[in-house]
Amino acid sequence: MKRELNITVNGESYNFFVEPKTLLVHVLREMLGFTGTHQACDSSSCAACTVIVDGKAVKSCSILALQVNGKEVTTVEGLADGANLHPIQQAFIDNWAFQCGFCTSGQIMAAKAFLDENPNPTREEIQMQMDGHICRCTGHNMINEAIRDAAKRLQSREAAKKLPAQKNLQSHKWAQTAKSGKGA
Amino acid sequence: MKTITTDFEYLPATTVEEALDMLSQHKDDDYKIIAGGQSLCTAMKHRLIAPEYLIDIKGLTDLDYIKFDEKEGLKIGALATHRSLEKSQIVREKYSVLCEMEENVASVETRNWGTVVGDLCNADPAVDPAPPLIVLDAKLKIQSKGEERTVAAEEFALDFFETTVQEGEMVTEIQIPVIPPNTGVYFTKYSQMLGDYALGSVAVLITLDKKKEVCANARIGLAGVDSAPVRAKKAEEVLKGKKITEALLAEAAEVVKTEINPVSGIEGSEDYKRELAGTLLKRVGKVALERAQKA
Repeated sequence: MKRELNITVNGESYNFFVEPKTLLVHVLREMLGFTGTHQACDSSSCAACTVIVDGKAVKSCSILALQVNGKEVTTVEGLADGANLHPIQQAFIDNWAFQCGFCTSGQIMAAKAFLDENPNPTREEIQMQMDGHICRCTGHNMINEAIRDAAKRLQSREAAKKLPAQKNLQSHKWAQTAKSGKGA
Repeated sequence: MKTITTDFEYLPATTVEEALDMLSQHKDDDYKIIAGGQSLCTAMKHRLIAPEYLIDIKGLTDLDYIKFDEKEGLKIGALATHRSLEKSQIVREKYSVLCEMEENVASVETRNWGTVVGDLCNADPAVDPAPPLIVLDAKLKIQSKGEERTVAAEEFALDFFETTVQEGEMVTEIQIPVIPPNTGVYFTKYSQMLGDYALGSVAVLITLDKKKEVCANARIGLAGVDSAPVRAKKAEEVLKGKKITEALLAEAAEVVKTEINPVSGIEGSEDYKRELAGTLLKRVGKVALERAQKA
């Protein structure tokens, strides 16, 4: 017997009926058309199907859709701002962090949840975080580099947001140094 | 493409009482309880099981807790995820071995949704939380409608994917006593890939006497090397009342090999797993001893 499912995907709410056996990945891909979420191993081993549910990265191939009732889901389609890619997506391109790209959306979603939690991770922390993600063509080093690069980009974006208004620039250390004439 | 092919009746519970009512009502039916379902969904997709009823307890938020009390110790609710145990500040402070264990359970994504109690109830013989819980003398609270009992962690799993939980019952809490002074605990698993199920895993708890010379108490728990996680009581006896040295740990390692019944598989033969258990015991025992000396 079908049951009602209410979910928010990438900020938009959806309401429809599903068979209880339906997995989250099928709802996303087949019912809502978010095919950026990929299915690969289908046995919880590769993490290509990773999406974010209420801020946490999870494997959509191993969760009953009804268990996500009332929750908020983010897929890779929810990251870009119009034509502007998300800094993590851009960092993956700039660091050659994929070839075939099949595992990439899962890698990026895991990186997103991770960087939200830990904005300045070490190489080892990234390794521990991403250990469940399997890439069979690029090699995991470039992915690790892309995530560290993305962390830097996100941090400078945050810093730019916090930049003081023009009149406060005087209080900046470099401005003071310039004024006092003690600069290099 | 693998998916769940057989239909089931889905019964979501929102309170413990409701879940216990459902369990008592469907006692004689073919049902399964689902929490995170990280093992169950896979088993259903592989068509290993096809229950008629699925009682969903993921919504029992009142069981999603990790509480510590100086007298009663640690209590982990049935809906606490692996990840919440790994990230709990109080657990890292008081039971660091549990956080260390969690860091290598499957992957972050699985830990974010899967529960510790669900993992134990799935009863894979190589289940990661079992050895540390056995040495920490943990108990599991099992409830059914109007009834309640507790079972020691070492007596919980009976065989491959079989536990002491009966029809109509569910595990609601893990209870772990306060760790005594002068005690060190350590756990290691050996697996082919980070996050895989263990080929073998060992936890050791060592309590030293007041002068920190002689072993006052020792507990050894293993997983992956028998049809269910086991406690190695004979090997513990080798250590008790003596000054622990590498030679004594080697002696205990020989005993542990005789206490387990590994099954040969593609990942390792019976003999290999016995050797593995002995080697791990020596390594883990050494770290537990160092920790006890520093405690």
